[in-house]
Amino acid sequence: MNREKASPDGQRSYTIIPHPNEFLASLKRLVKRFSRNRPAVTGSVIIGILLFMALFAPWITPHPPNDQYSDQALQPPSLQFFFGTDTIGRDIFSRLVFGTRIALFVGLASMLLATGAGVLLGLVSGYYGGYIDTLIGRFLDALLAFPAVLLAIFIVAVLGPSLVNAIIAVAIVYIPAFGRVTRANVLSLKEKEFIEAARAMGAHDWQIMLQHILRNTLSPIIVQFSLGVGYAILVEAGLSFLGLGVQPPAPSWGSMLGFGRNFMTQAPWLSTFPGLAIFVTVLGFNFLGDGLREALDPRLKEAYR
Amino acid sequence: MQRYIIRRFIEMVFVLFLVSVIVFTVLRLVPGDAASVLMGIEATDAGLAQLRHEMGLDQPIYVQYVFWVREVLKGNFGISWQSKRPALFLIQRRFPATVLLTLSATLIGLLLTIPLGILAGIRPFSAIDTFATTFALLGIAMPGFWLGLMLLLTFAVWLQWLPPSGYVPPQDNLGDALRHVLLPAFTLGIGLAAPLTRFLRSGMLDVMNQDYIRTARAKGLRTPTVILGHALKNALLSVVTVMGLLFGSMLGGAIITESVFNWPGIGTLLLLAIQQRDYGVVQGVVLFVTLIFMIVNLGVDILYAFLDPRIRFA
Repeated sequence: MNREKASPDGQRSYTIIPHPNEFLASLKRLVKRFSRNRPAVTGSVIIGILLFMALFAPWITPHPPNDQYSDQALQPPSLQFFFGTDTIGRDIFSRLVFGTRIALFVGLASMLLATGAGVLLGLVSGYYGGYIDTLIGRFLDALLAFPAVLLAIFIVAVLGPSLVNAIIAVAIVYIPAFGRVTRANVLSLKEKEFIEAARAMGAHDWQIMLQHILRNTLSPIIVQFSLGVGYAILVEAGLSFLGLGVQPPAPSWGSMLGFGRNFMTQAPWLSTFPGLAIFVTVLGFNFLGDGLREALDPRLKEAYR
Repeated sequence: MQRYIIRRFIEMVFVLFLVSVIVFTVLRLVPGDAASVLMGIEATDAGLAQLRHEMGLDQPIYVQYVFWVREVLKGNFGISWQSKRPALFLIQRRFPATVLLTLSATLIGLLLTIPLGILAGIRPFSAIDTFATTFALLGIAMPGFWLGLMLLLTFAVWLQWLPPSGYVPPQDNLGDALRHVLLPAFTLGIGLAAPLTRFLRSGMLDVMNQDYIRTARAKGLRTPTVILGHALKNALLSVVTVMGLLFGSMLGGAIITESVFNWPGIGTLLLLAIQQRDYGVVQGVVLFVTLIFMIVNLGVDILYAFLDPRIRFA
């Protein structure tokens, strides 16, 4: 097992022999740094609330998300309907709470896909180098050559609008981000002594990549993942807003917003609340990502606050 | 410098080749195939076979790719299946509206970024810095389409200061054109200003701690000279690197913003084409916008190498 530890002068050193006490101590330091970081804590609280809403949606909503109270259409916010009702009398608040499930699912699923593909490409590319590196590198460049939202819209336009296709589109757009981060770290790690030691002990390429290199590349990937979830939720909301993402009657925030825009003058609450939900959610993941970056790599503290 | 430009250019041609392969591949993923989409419900087996033959869809895939690339290189970015006109012609007609929108948005974005970023960077942790970082934080997380709708509701519906939608060509009536572009450009401009303010702030912060700034101060130069002459010039370097990237997100944002404000640009053309399953136009817009993005990125890289000799000789 390899572990990375930061010595006081900011230089990293690597030890091959694990020491449980030291590991616990560095974890403790990490938690301490994290809990002192206000944005990180704010982000965690927001995401905690969102997770709670997603898990317990049926118990905390006053109405089922797709029930229509047709005599109560377009009601403004009231005690009965906290955020008002839509054109066919569905409770906006309940739909928003259930929408948390879709948003979190899209964000996590697309980032898991993108991480899997990107990390794999980055590992292989950085570790083997040579023409494999050139080929994968140029492929990632080509994906980056498209404006991200345009590429997502293009993929969904061709595959057809649906939840799964939106997830695929967002994942493809985000592959290069993970690929590049991983590759850069692999390049700096593969010349280190502990990798050489592992190789001398007869470890297989895959073993070195997964067990030794990947483990020491985790922090930037985790940061990227957290920021990526927020971005994915934003892009999915945009796709759904345009009618290219999650299809009705599923209570996706983006499609609720897109539907509500036609009633902006009579019923502004139709668009206002879903937009706020997206905004707060993305903010939460950005807070968490920034906070994690500071906690995992304190040298960046001056640049980001 | 020349060698650097040539190298970057060759790299771009190679990436362009891969981009064309990606676009071509994605287009083949259309459920059914182009012929059945084109014929729709009137399709008969014989008719489909005939059309597939005419479109070359019965050829091996690499032959299809070569034909396709040859057409693209000749400037045929696709033919609209609806109007039978070249996609480039439709794009050309709507391009000025998109240019007006993105240029106005860039202008608004820079007008917000430059003072905010500088002030925040030279006075870290002051009130103006708190304001700038909060603005950046909120602006990055805010969905552009939602901000657009809220601005529309406030300034067009409630206050009735500005028109809610539509486009007036500037050559027809400049004042009216500006009134129409203000809301969409502001919406898009915030999306640019928020991340850019963050970069300029941290760039200024870095530079202000450098030795040569202390030297400049020690020489007795006045503060504005130090900030604008010495610090800003170097801080802008870090901004230039992300400008290309942000231009891409602005092109993407423009598609959605155009939809919110019913702006007759390339974005709404793309969305209309998707609704009509007119993949000839979809392909045209994707190729055209991506090409512009790549050219801008190449320009930014060259500009960066020009400004920072360390890149050129690396």
